Amino acid sequence: MGNMIKVGMADFNICQSPDAITTLGLGSCVGVTLYDSVRKIAGLAHIMLPDSTLVKNNSNIAKFADTGIDACIDMMVKAGASRQSLTAKIAGGAQMFAFGSNNDMLRIGERNVEATKKKLKELGIRILVEDTGANYGRTIEFYPETGALLIKAVGKEIKTV
Amino acid sequence: MNILSEFSYDNVDNLQFDVLREIGNIGAGNATTALSQLLNSKIDMKVPNVELLGFRELPDMIGGAENLIVGILLTLEGDTDGMMMFMLEKESAHHIINILLQKDLQSFEDFSEMDLSALNEIGNIIAGAYLSSISTLTNLTIISSVPYMAIDMAGAILSVPAIEFGKVGDKALVIKTQIAQDDKEVNGYFVLIPTMDSYIKMMSSLGL
Repeated sequence: MGNMIKVGMADFNICQSPDAITTLGLGSCVGVTLYDSVRKIAGLAHIMLPDSTLVKNNSNIAKFADTGIDACIDMMVKAGASRQSLTAKIAGGAQMFAFGSNNDMLRIGERNVEATKKKLKELGIRILVEDTGANYGRTIEFYPETGALLIKAVGKEIKTV
Repeated sequence: MNILSEFSYDNVDNLQFDVLREIGNIGAGNATTALSQLLNSKIDMKVPNVELLGFRELPDMIGGAENLIVGILLTLEGDTDGMMMFMLEKESAHHIINILLQKDLQSFEDFSEMDLSALNEIGNIIAGAYLSSISTLTNLTIISSVPYMAIDMAGAILSVPAIEFGKVGDKALVIKTQIAQDDKEVNGYFVLIPTMDSYIKMMSSLGL
């Protein structure tokens, strides 16, 4: 059993088998796991906001879907992963509070998911699994050895996808 | 005023920090009085802690990203736009419900609809008291929404205010207030998230 590498909010990191990578308590943020199954290298980005161009203070590239995914892939490629063989699994983007209004500020989870999918499509990366939306938090763990993504939520059974 | 137009939460100076602490103090003081009346018992408040935390440290202030907490959120309109969130650790939530409804709940699974609704209302009253004192202090109108409640992992609940802070910087402003009833500690945390415009309005109405 390897180490468990932790990724915080607005952060990304990579790991190689036998290590695994995790991010805890995803709410409206989106966790994107990227995986090169041949070289068994995985990356995980914890995305907070959809678009860096809409925010003035955008120096932290890990925070945004458009820049965070790129940065994570660059790091994976440096570690030996191949850009062409990446696949993705995404989770999170929940609406934590049951707001009645359609206020954009409050639909942030949904917008994070949309932006993430758009970015992955642009990069030609296939999304194998999507566990997004709903109204609960998720903890995810990714195991590059098998390519399995483990999803935990309060009061729910652990899912492996 | 020029300093404020350049303002970001990443570079709050000492004077602004003191003002924020005072806002936290007055708001939480009022909220504690409201809670004390509601529970009909004496509740003490400790000096609030005002902290600017990076997103990575944020969930740690309330027991780690996977710690189960109660979060009650109100959106704000009027002169001050933004959000206000009141969080309780689970033991504190049980304790408050047990006193108020004279029950003996030990876990979240035991909560009924009625208990949850009472908890939501408590959050509403506490947050309302907090906001009204800030409104009086700054002479600004603050209109709050109905309360929205979530019981989930701290990281997931905190992601909502964190995202709002994320739009303007890489740190979140947290006013943490510990309140205690006799020997039993009730940990409550307030997070006030004014938009940048509203923050500047608040500061200037206080003469900064």
